[in-house]
Amino acid sequence: MGASLSILVAGLMFGFGLAVSGMTHASKVLGFLDITGDWDPSLLFVLAGAVTVTAVAFRFVLRRPAPVLVEQFHLPTVEGIDRPLVIGAAIFGVGWGIAGYCPGPAIASLAAPSWETWVFIPCLLLGNLIHAYSQPGNAADSGAAALGAMGKSGGKP
Amino acid sequence: MQNFTPVSALIGGLLIGGAATLLLWLNGRIAGVSNILRGLLAWKSGDSLWRVLFLGGLVAGASLCYMLFGHVPLPRPDFPAWLLGFGGLLVGYGSSLGSGCTSGHGVCGLGRLSVRSLVATLIFVVTGILAAYAVRHLFGVY
Repeated sequence: MGASLSILVAGLMFGFGLAVSGMTHASKVLGFLDITGDWDPSLLFVLAGAVTVTAVAFRFVLRRPAPVLVEQFHLPTVEGIDRPLVIGAAIFGVGWGIAGYCPGPAIASLAAPSWETWVFIPCLLLGNLIHAYSQPGNAADSGAAALGAMGKSGGKP
Repeated sequence: MQNFTPVSALIGGLLIGGAATLLLWLNGRIAGVSNILRGLLAWKSGDSLWRVLFLGGLVAGASLCYMLFGHVPLPRPDFPAWLLGFGGLLVGYGSSLGSGCTSGHGVCGLGRLSVRSLVATLIFVVTGILAAYAVRHLFGVY
């Protein structure tokens, strides 16, 4: 119960932060990426603010043997720079630069949905599924297994 | 730089970093939205509730902000739906293949001093800049 409530509160803070910083406005995000236009460095300040907190706080948090409310940390285990990371990040960036949405603001846009929300989110999910089902092995089972593996490891950013 | 909003950007950034810290400290989870969403597609009992709660909180938090301060995002009248959909497809596929997005690699990965996340973040900012340039200045779409 306490764990559930704390996750909800963390999500709430995250969503509030995205909205208050203007990052739920695709045009503001594109105002940052469009460096040759009327450049808006706000996104850099959002990232700098967030990373300053995580870089300091995570050091202390990860020194603990376990989180406060559950038994263990779920951290990425993959190390090293590989092709999927590089190609995936490149493709993600192109989509981000086209649309002006990344997954966080896309989900947060459900707070005040427009036609953009109803186009972007289904396509985002379709992209997830296309990747999952195009994993080596290729059968429908392996796609589900790929999604399942992510569920188990809690993702590996 | 007439649209630059340094104060609200910094406040929002601190809240986002604080939220990611809260989630890791209390629940041992990385606040990477693409991975949280992706895990939900597999729908495994015992692993889905926390994802739903976090994403629900995300929507509620944005709602709260709009109720307090207004400034609700408006859709772009001239932006082609097919182009937005194509962007969504690439964001979904790329964040799956590359194991993360702006929140997972950017906010949390950089916070963990992960070299993978640093490389990913640099790459997607550069390709994002190139794509935004092409869409706006080569094709004139805003």
